[in-house]
Amino acid sequence: MQKQTISLTVNDKKFTLDIDVRQSLADVLRKQGFTSVKQGCGVGECGACTVLVDDMAVDSCIYLAVWADNKKVRTTEGECRNGKLSPVQQAYVDAGAVQCGFCTPGLVMTTTSFLERNRDRKVTREEIRTGHAGNLCRCTGYETIVKAVEKIVDVAEEE
Amino acid sequence: MFPIEKHHMATSIEDAVRALAEDETSQVIAGGTDVLIRLHEGHGDYRNLVDINKLDELREIRMDEEGNVLIGALASFTEILEHDVIRKHVPVIGESVNTVGGPQVRNRGTMGGNICNGAVSADSACAALVHEVDLVIQSPEGERVESIIGFHTGPGRVSLKQGDLLKHFRVRPGNYKGFGASYYKYAMREAMDIATIGCAAAVKLNGEKIGELRLAYTVSAPTPIRCAGAEEVAKGKPLTQETLAEIAKAVEADVRPRTSWRASMEFRLHVIRTLAQRVTRQAAERAGGTF
Ligand code: FES
Ligand code: FES
Repeated sequence: MQKQTISLTVNDKKFTLDIDVRQSLADVLRKQGFTSVKQGCGVGECGACTVLVDDMAVDSCIYLAVWADNKKVRTTEGECRNGKLSPVQQAYVDAGAVQCGFCTPGLVMTTTSFLERNRDRKVTREEIRTGHAGNLCRCTGYETIVKAVEKIVDVAEEE
Repeated sequence: MFPIEKHHMATSIEDAVRALAEDETSQVIAGGTDVLIRLHEGHGDYRNLVDINKLDELREIRMDEEGNVLIGALASFTEILEHDVIRKHVPVIGESVNTVGGPQVRNRGTMGGNICNGAVSADSACAALVHEVDLVIQSPEGERVESIIGFHTGPGRVSLKQGDLLKHFRVRPGNYKGFGASYYKYAMREAMDIATIGCAAAVKLNGEKIGELRLAYTVSAPTPIRCAGAEEVAKGKPLTQETLAEIAKAVEADVRPRTSWRASMEFRLHVIRTLAQRVTRQAAERAGGTF
């Protein structure tokens, strides 16, 4: 089958990989040991495989690995620095937004990008919900997840 | 792994067109939010891919010297809905693509794919129809322009031939200047759902009256459609509840909804009539009218 060499950074580390063009980015990342990237549905429904590519959240199960050539990929492993959780990760812990944890790595990346894209403005609860609509969680009922996000963004007063 | 048999990463528009023309089993892959899902499901039709992801010129969104709004075939839904030119001149296109899937899918999915895959539920189709966008297509013979009106030829079918590559959408000034437009997606869930019915309207006022109404639906016939009958009825009518009721009545003859597991034909008709009023009204209000 068609092989191809791609260069990318994952969590600021350079990788040059020989990949099969049939592989998804999720496959390749997991093979490299980034097992925070979960495969749930495999069809872009659940968001368990969410990673950031050039700081944009994508479902890595429906993202060809060849597209990651020359790109900057972030997974939740790379968000902790020197053994300290990122503010997003810490907020999930503090809000009790982690139950079985399967959805958590994907959600953390969605929140990370949501936070970065809304830095200079207030967001509503509604925007938090729609901003996380691409991530399913079968345990929490979402309330604690919204609470976690509220801890770290600037929340607009509802009229 | 996806059951891909051949993958060609196109290096230019010409290269993509050549690869597409050369092999009749080849298909374009853009954002992949549709094609990769079909491959995952084992669809045989998408095993031979011409990948246009490196063609950055197809990502561009801008206004040209003649005031046409251009939307590259590869521009993502997120890029479209956040772009100033879209917000300012054709906001209804941004509003409709904002209803697609969730953020991850909007970051990858493209309007080019949404229209070219021929889906009857395509969220961008209604907005494209009311703005009568042109599709600028490259083929081995050269460039041609087709209107979105008539582009959908049947369920899941569009008038693209082997070797055709959509380069960009073009909205001419006459098709957006002076119009107020609105889109409503009726779905079972508020997010991550496929439209049960989608409806867009664009209204140009003539004083206190409707000068022109353009009304479009998805999932209300075998293809996304415009409603000639209702549009005719609206012409020259005042902005009143009676006019809206007349439009809603006339629209019944324009549509051909059917029963599916999502909704019955009767329920769809009810939604279609309701949206005809609600969406036309909002479009007229956005054009500056009051009821
Ligand atoms: S595994 Fe990728 S979206 Fe579900
Ligand atoms: S915590 Fe179990 S799926 Fe979210």
